[in-house]
Amino acid sequence: MSKQTPLYAEHLALGAKMTDFAGWEMPVSYSAGPIAEHLRVREAVGLFDLSHMGQITVAGPDALPFLQHVATSNIRRLDEGDAGYAPLCYADGGLVDDTFIYHLTGGYLVVVNAANTDKDLRWFDYQRTGFDVQIEDASERTCMLALQGPRAQEVLQPLTPLNLGDLSRFRVDESRIGEADAIIGRTGYTGEDGFELYLSAENAVPVWRALLSAGEPLDLLPVGLAARDSLRFEPCMPLYGHELGPDISPLQAGLGWAVALKKGQFVGRDSLLKERVEGPARRLVGFEMTERSVPRHGFAVEIEGDVCGHVTSGVYAPTLEKFLGMAYVPAKHAAVGTEIGIVIRGRVRAARIVKRPFYRSS
Amino acid sequence: MAFEVNSDCRYAENHEWIQVTGDTATVGISDYAQQELTDVVFVELPEIGDTFAQGEPFAVVESVKAASDVYLPISGEIIEVNDALEDAPELVNDEPYGDGWFIRIKVADPDEMDDLMSPDEYREFVAEQEG
Repeated sequence: MSKQTPLYAEHLALGAKMTDFAGWEMPVSYSAGPIAEHLRVREAVGLFDLSHMGQITVAGPDALPFLQHVATSNIRRLDEGDAGYAPLCYADGGLVDDTFIYHLTGGYLVVVNAANTDKDLRWFDYQRTGFDVQIEDASERTCMLALQGPRAQEVLQPLTPLNLGDLSRFRVDESRIGEADAIIGRTGYTGEDGFELYLSAENAVPVWRALLSAGEPLDLLPVGLAARDSLRFEPCMPLYGHELGPDISPLQAGLGWAVALKKGQFVGRDSLLKERVEGPARRLVGFEMTERSVPRHGFAVEIEGDVCGHVTSGVYAPTLEKFLGMAYVPAKHAAVGTEIGIVIRGRVRAARIVKRPFYRSS
Repeated sequence: MAFEVNSDCRYAENHEWIQVTGDTATVGISDYAQQELTDVVFVELPEIGDTFAQGEPFAVVESVKAASDVYLPISGEIIEVNDALEDAPELVNDEPYGDGWFIRIKVADPDEMDDLMSPDEYREFVAEQEG
């Protein structure tokens, strides 16, 4: 039995097609369709229900040392009011999850992938020995929304006393939206400006409706998971289960910028240091189909006649109007310009490695 | 879910439509099917001269989320493919019974049309599937 977010009935009323995602019944797309929703976020603004995502609070005197221990990035650099990307690794360097950490007044809020919430909680439980921390799963009582796109601030500003002009990228503050207490972070997973909002589940419906109606004159559309995937894909933001997993290290995934080998000891550091020094055996690359077709997750990559890699994600990219993919290939074949083949339904289709990211907001 | 059924076609259980004119027929996917798929981004069509038995997959339609096989409602030889879909796959969404057609075939066995659903039967079939 799939779980429903507090906004389930709202999605149905908006004509959403629903799907099971990580045990949650979530909207794939609404009546406008995934391509229209994608383009609207690039050009105006879109509203997402992300209540399936997990929220774990970490507080107590050792909250920072604990997070430094489990995360590969340097959490000490997050001052109060800062938010940052934080991969979590096993001792062998494989990824437990990739998270976003917000440094709030009373502690830290760790936002994790829906499919990994239970696993992350168990992992934290194993790792907390010797740390004076309170770790709490806030997922059930938290509604998470994202408001993304160049007009996001225009939509949100009339509904909150917080001066959004003062809230810069990767900053977070605690304020209100209408009558509801809300954590407002200037973060997102689309490559556009925008906000991620955390509310009490009982405030989900009024806030969702207030944002929809405030957004109506500004061309806001509700956006489902299909467009969320193509929106994160174009700027090459990795997705756990595709570009990331327990047998993939952050260095292979091109996340070396989030691996702070010099911050001191942390879980996975020894393996990652060895991999950094020796160089990863495989690398995540971006590619463009030169022969038209859609590369999908799991399709084989052929280079010089050898199957030597696999596709992690592939889409028709609505903003760029191209068929693009990401794949793991041996490091020696990862150079931009390399001609590769993607095995699609038994036939090898031509593609070429191109620069990542595919898209950057202007 | 509201969807249109073209009264001049017959329908297969995988949501293809077929319209026969003399000894040739045109094939596409139904309005219901295109709504279920959402935005179509690519259609892989067969070659002219290929032959397929009834119920064999002859094309692949790629939507934003997935690739789906398209099956030939009756046996035949491909005599024309809709080249317009190469640059405008969205025609499948916009005009499923019109410019979004997939292929034309030379009909091998007209009796196979009896295996297919009438427009009313198809409407009921979808209603049952929707539960």
